[in-house]
Amino acid sequence: MVKESTLEKLKILADAAKYDVSCASSGTTRGNPNKTLGTAAGWGICHSFTADGRCISLFKILMTNHCIYDCAYCSNRRSNDLKRVAFSPAELAELTIEFYRRNYIEGLFLSSGVIRNPDYTMEQMISVVKKLREEHRFNGYIHMKSIPGASQKLVNIAGMYVDRLSVNIEIPTEESLKKLAPEKDYLSVWKPMKYIKQGILENTEDRKKFRKTPRFVPAGQSTQMIVGATPETDNQILTLASKLYNIDSMKRVYYSGYIHINQNDDRLPALKQPPLVREHRLYQADWLLRFYNFQVNEIVNDANPELDLEVDPKVSWALRHPEFFPIDVNTAPYEAILRIPGVGVLSAKKIITARRYGRLTSYQLQKIGVVMKRAKYFIVCRELPVSTVNEVSPETIRKQLIDEKIKEKDRFQLSFTFD
Amino acid sequence: MTAFTYDKSFEGLLCCVFYAFEQQVTPDILLHSDDVKPLFLEKSFPIVTESEKSARVWSALEKKISPSACHMLMLVWISELPEVDLLLFRYIYKAFKSTESIELNFGDADVLACANIYKKVNQSCHKAIQFVRFQKTSDGVFFAPISPDYNVLLLVAKHFSNRYADQPWIIYDTKRNYGLYYNLHKTTEITFSESPVDNSGKLKAEQLDSEEQLYQQMWKDYFKTMAIKERINLKLQRQHMPVRYWKYLTEMQ
Repeated sequence: MVKESTLEKLKILADAAKYDVSCASSGTTRGNPNKTLGTAAGWGICHSFTADGRCISLFKILMTNHCIYDCAYCSNRRSNDLKRVAFSPAELAELTIEFYRRNYIEGLFLSSGVIRNPDYTMEQMISVVKKLREEHRFNGYIHMKSIPGASQKLVNIAGMYVDRLSVNIEIPTEESLKKLAPEKDYLSVWKPMKYIKQGILENTEDRKKFRKTPRFVPAGQSTQMIVGATPETDNQILTLASKLYNIDSMKRVYYSGYIHINQNDDRLPALKQPPLVREHRLYQADWLLRFYNFQVNEIVNDANPELDLEVDPKVSWALRHPEFFPIDVNTAPYEAILRIPGVGVLSAKKIITARRYGRLTSYQLQKIGVVMKRAKYFIVCRELPVSTVNEVSPETIRKQLIDEKIKEKDRFQLSFTFD
Repeated sequence: MTAFTYDKSFEGLLCCVFYAFEQQVTPDILLHSDDVKPLFLEKSFPIVTESEKSARVWSALEKKISPSACHMLMLVWISELPEVDLLLFRYIYKAFKSTESIELNFGDADVLACANIYKKVNQSCHKAIQFVRFQKTSDGVFFAPISPDYNVLLLVAKHFSNRYADQPWIIYDTKRNYGLYYNLHKTTEITFSESPVDNSGKLKAEQLDSEEQLYQQMWKDYFKTMAIKERINLKLQRQHMPVRYWKYLTEMQ
């Protein structure tokens, strides 16, 4: 039975959980052969979008906002004066089920403040997911945070129930982490990450021997970094991200523009607005790493430690390498076509298949979905009167391509007042 | 100008293709048998729908193009867009005429147009899957009204009967006035004589389960709480969740 008190807890613990960016429900496809409740769609389903434009896919919630730590960037830190509440495992499991049955959500994203010690907290969280899987026979998606410092045994147990496990790095260098969260260290983050990785590897081996072995964390792991709270450059952030992607099971690194929650802490910059444009550029760079075969040092390096905020990282790279262009879309290999600004993965694939039937014109490119406004300076196709980056200077083109929307977005963000 | 007149069914369309190959004539427009004929019509051929002929065309088509292309053609037909039949006619005609597969020739206007309509119908399916909101009724059935852009209810039925295998549900298309009822064993088509919901898609309070309104309230509060006020971006919200879907969304009411 739900009670009115649940409503209050829900508000407090949702409010405390909302700063975690990860929301993806992708990575696992699972039918429902036993005719219980729930499936998982490999492509992920967003069920709603909040006023900030972020999606609600999973029911993102904290077990409790009690916390033994005092991290400068966190709203739940010990020294903040706020009402502390906790869900009982049964209560939270029931709420998840009822939300799921109404098609509000795709599954549960369970996180928690740390009570008593990391292992105790993990045990509490495991009892929620265990209840869901065993008592409610819930077959939908579950993403659980692994508490930094939790033991390998508990990580292994959790991994048998959930689709995704994640540990947040939060701060891109250990030095800054020490400053903002003196009670934490990188080891407590790396260790669970390693446990998850090991668990997945062992499970893959077991599954080769016994096909029926249940899967361990089938959707892999993810992590998150706060951007703009500490002085790290984009170079440092993206280099760390690309190292993380070397871990096979690491599916996503999320970037979270720092929001100045704790007003009275002088270790943190007093930003009026979260660095949304920078965050956006980091995600674009992240995409270049994952889907466009870019190496991290091509995007940022010692000479260019920060991403260009006015143009996207692909344009920025292209303008630094005019010698790579123009690309002939009718002959160039896929890898080269991917590097043309304005051409995405889908349109690149379409170009490759469509050009077998005949030489492509700029009109056809446009129809295929290529953003000609950007692409026209970097390509040749059958006919195209525009001068390319080599005839016009990179500086001139840069001026043409400055993202008007970014300016608009800023204006939009400032003018709005929240009720 | 040459016209074919037929009964505007999918089988009928396939018979048009049959006729075109048999008589070596292609239409410039496709009309319903009862349509008023336009001026300047030189020739008009009435096409009779025969299931034997349409089956022959379809099975030949299945050999000629891939299963995913067949699926695409079905969804393009479901779009019910004006003149979509002529587009499909040209696509199928070209597919038969061509010695190699035309499926990936996105340089061809018809192939690209089909791909784009397919994308739209697919998106409409996806939106239905995202934005269905069930209300639990006092007899334990979960009820959801929808009004999708395209007639996609049957296409998404399987997703819901898989996912909610252990709960009876009804999804009702208020725009086209029919729905699907899943009774834990099978899904059947149903029609209500009068709309079971009010304009905002709500069932009457006495029809609801005693806890339903509390859960709706919780969901609304949860939804409101999740927005980060420093990041408000209503344009982005509307982009992902177009306003026309709001009327049946619990959290937007």
